[in-house]
Amino acid sequence: MTEYIIRRLLLLVVTMLVTSALIFGLTQLLPGDVARLVLGRDASPVALEEFRDTYGLNDPVPEQYVMWLGGFLTGDWGRSYSRGSPEVRPLVTERLANTLRLALMTLAISIPLSILLGVLAGLFEDSWLDSVISVFSLSVVGLPEFVTGIVLVNVFAHGLGWFPATSFVASSYNFVDWLRVLTLPSITATLVLLAYVSRMTRAGVIDELKKPYVRTATLKGLPQYQIIIKHVLRNALLPTITVIALSVGWLIGGLVVIEEVFNYPGLGRELVSAVRAKNIPLLQSIVMLIIFAYAMANLIADLLYGLLNPRIRLN
Amino acid sequence: MMSNVEPIIQAEKVNIDYRLNKVWLNAIHDVNLAIKPLEIHGLVGESGSGKTTLALALMRYLSANARISSGVIRFDGEDLTTQSTRQMRDIWGSKINLVPQDPIASLNPSYTIGNQIGEITRRHMKLSRRDATAKAVEMLKRVKIADPEDVVDRYPHQLSGGMLQRVTIAMALSTHPKLLVLDEPTTALDVTTQAVILDLFRDLIHNNDAAALYVSHDLGTVAQLCDYVTVLYGGEIMETAPVRDLYSQPLHPYTAGLMASLPRHSEQLNTRLSTIEGVAPSLADRPSGCVFAPRCPVAVEKCHQEKPPLEPADDGRMIRCWRWPEIASGELSTTTKPEAIGESPAPREELVLNVSGVSRQFGSRSLFDRILGRPFRPVRAVDDVSLTIQERSTLGLVGESGSGKTTLARCIVALSTADDGEMELCQMAISNDLDRRPREALRNLRMVFQNPNDALNPYHTVGQAIGRTLRLLADRYNSEAEIHVRVVELLDAVRLSADYADRYPAELSGGEKQRVAIARAFAADPALIVADEPTSALDVSVQAVILNLLKDLRAQQGASYLLISHDLDVVAYLSDWIAVMYLGEIVEEGASDAVYNAPSHPYTEALISAVPVPDPTDERSAIRLEGEVPSARDIPSGCRFHTRCPRKIGSICETDEPPWRDAGNGHYIRCHIPVDELIELQTMAGSKDTASTGEDR
Repeated sequence: MTEYIIRRLLLLVVTMLVTSALIFGLTQLLPGDVARLVLGRDASPVALEEFRDTYGLNDPVPEQYVMWLGGFLTGDWGRSYSRGSPEVRPLVTERLANTLRLALMTLAISIPLSILLGVLAGLFEDSWLDSVISVFSLSVVGLPEFVTGIVLVNVFAHGLGWFPATSFVASSYNFVDWLRVLTLPSITATLVLLAYVSRMTRAGVIDELKKPYVRTATLKGLPQYQIIIKHVLRNALLPTITVIALSVGWLIGGLVVIEEVFNYPGLGRELVSAVRAKNIPLLQSIVMLIIFAYAMANLIADLLYGLLNPRIRLN
Repeated sequence: MMSNVEPIIQAEKVNIDYRLNKVWLNAIHDVNLAIKPLEIHGLVGESGSGKTTLALALMRYLSANARISSGVIRFDGEDLTTQSTRQMRDIWGSKINLVPQDPIASLNPSYTIGNQIGEITRRHMKLSRRDATAKAVEMLKRVKIADPEDVVDRYPHQLSGGMLQRVTIAMALSTHPKLLVLDEPTTALDVTTQAVILDLFRDLIHNNDAAALYVSHDLGTVAQLCDYVTVLYGGEIMETAPVRDLYSQPLHPYTAGLMASLPRHSEQLNTRLSTIEGVAPSLADRPSGCVFAPRCPVAVEKCHQEKPPLEPADDGRMIRCWRWPEIASGELSTTTKPEAIGESPAPREELVLNVSGVSRQFGSRSLFDRILGRPFRPVRAVDDVSLTIQERSTLGLVGESGSGKTTLARCIVALSTADDGEMELCQMAISNDLDRRPREALRNLRMVFQNPNDALNPYHTVGQAIGRTLRLLADRYNSEAEIHVRVVELLDAVRLSADYADRYPAELSGGEKQRVAIARAFAADPALIVADEPTSALDVSVQAVILNLLKDLRAQQGASYLLISHDLDVVAYLSDWIAVMYLGEIVEEGASDAVYNAPSHPYTEALISAVPVPDPTDERSAIRLEGEVPSARDIPSGCRFHTRCPRKIGSICETDEPPWRDAGNGHYIRCHIPVDELIELQTMAGSKDTASTGEDR
């Protein structure tokens, strides 16, 4: 197992290096001159040259990459191109914190709910309960987030007034304030994830229930709840872990639409505006974080999978 | 048997229905069955006979779409048919326990052996976790597992199939049940392991005052293990009898047919096996008269009209047949005398296949292993094997699972590319790589696979499947009409009518599919057919049809076979030459009879002795191989068999590779013991004292 972990960590480092080079290369391909784009059409040649000099844009590309990577690893993420050239790191980490809050809240709602629904649908395969759960989860996954988001806002914010319609975030917020802000966006995200996770769980449960070891457990005289919880779920939930890990990656980097609908200051929105403004230092840092989140989520999922599956753990 | 003892379990007129397409269909009809303490009752039947359904239903365990529609199952003073599932949970695991068919799938992969055995004692004997583990260790000792303290902490995937089956036995016995249901418990195991497990059953059941219902399709193990036998066909009991009576004089035509369809190595090479024509009826169209009548060689009009009752005969026998009194008195013979097949042409001197020094390794060395400087330890599945097959002859290749026999076959047909070695087909050198083999080599070398269900494309009709081979490999057929004529001809050769050409594989039975696969293999007039376990997925009555067919086709077409099987009786029936493989190498080869009789390699001797003979009066003391087959990653030094060999002579076996010893007439044995000593040791093996060398543990 130790060897397995070391292998996976090495692989993670390689993945990060390759993707960082890839991002860097891709940003070079973005059309237009950065300096002109940032400073505007009327900027003087001197100002343009000064800008390029400040941000090292005249250096050869590989050198720029090494400089940037070195800086990124030592905590100097560079300065944003936007007015006042603020430092990238505090800006991004604040957005990341908001995103993580939303992701955690979403996971806290969606994992128990979708596993519960999946297990119920699997245990009562082909019953009315299964049909209801399947129809519900499949129909909400078909709806785009901006539709479900707007419906939720109209009903629970404008209509009932239980939650705020837009997410103003202040540093003075306490736990309850956060809950109020996060509820509607996280429910919207949950509705997207629900079908993936619950369908996977349902399939896992149905598969495992057919296996001979379930019959062995039954004919040992074990009570039904013990057969389901100890024997069936232990194996049925293994594939679900992978699906959840993939959704974590999505929650970190892919919530643009939901953030837009609720005006939530997360990483996704920041990423989109960085792309629009060709704000390369900002863009690179955000993408690195998102990829890191994806890779870590997958690594944790694999380790968890290995830990729970003796066939992997002991080989 | 003590006749005045009350039975532990008694089923009366039990009927079980299945719900299919919203209709209840009767699957098990009017079954009576009683098992007394210390008795092992065999329940024999082919696939689809309902034996497993019945056995589990006697435990009152039914699938969701099944019900016991009538009848009584008396067990321990209660009628199980009236018990709720909740009530049954107190009986399951404490009074009636199951030993399942497939031990690997029947244990939860995520929990340790100790946990899974402990579960049953914690539930029923209210043991603490610690006591349950101690009890598990004790039970593992009873089933003769080495290092039980270590095994309780292991997971199922870390143990071999034989070990796992011992674990399930230990589990089933740990609550002192009154009745054990053994559901084909040795089907997934090698013969050598099976022999050890059967011994274990016999001892443990008697020592525990238990009784057992032994479900099996294998008449050999039933003869060796059981006291009483019930023969099931189409959901009905055909015959119940004490084991010796049943085997010495079967009174039902079905039982007689089953017995006669078994290949035995003593049989003449030119005789056919008796077969039971036709296929078992499906659940939806059971005949209204006798369920066996459509396939019965002695059925009369009455049999088709009226269902015979299950009638008692002498000494506890029961028979469901209108004509059993005639059979019992000897007036009516149930077995048609097997006709001789056309003379098999004598093998020619020329070699159809010459394989020399073929090796195949599996496994790779990762970068990580290289950095850590770990030695490369590949799985040496086939290790420097040479063999030859003469034209118009059959070479049988036998060995346990893991011996490398299937890998060797795959290397020969180039489904797997040999790492090393040379091959000649019809005296022409052929590449080890499939892509470099000429079309002529592909035409001359065809393969029949073990599982006919996977070997045919479900979206091609039989005609398309066979026609495709003709189009790709045979030049003689120029038009579709000519191809169709040839397809019909081939179907006729495998005894299938012309209309099968338009059917899809899903419309065929397993035996019919295998016949199509054989027709396809023969389509382009090959010189050699490699058949990998061609009958192991089939029932015995169907197996007989296929074996006859292979024999007939060899006589008619003059092809040669390389026949791979774990079943020595099948190999001996069809082969004129036998090679025995162990851990990737051939340890003995010679003419069929020579290999079967002394002198033999000690491994061959053990294999032959482990085959259960379908004759309850056969009381040869068998040689039992202890221990597990070593990993092909870690092949023992010296003689590969020394770790398990009952005839090991000393340290030379561990250090030196044994020489090939010539036993005459092309019979070679790879052993340190000289030929004449082997003869001496093995001809005495019939007497008790020498045989016990193998039993001393």
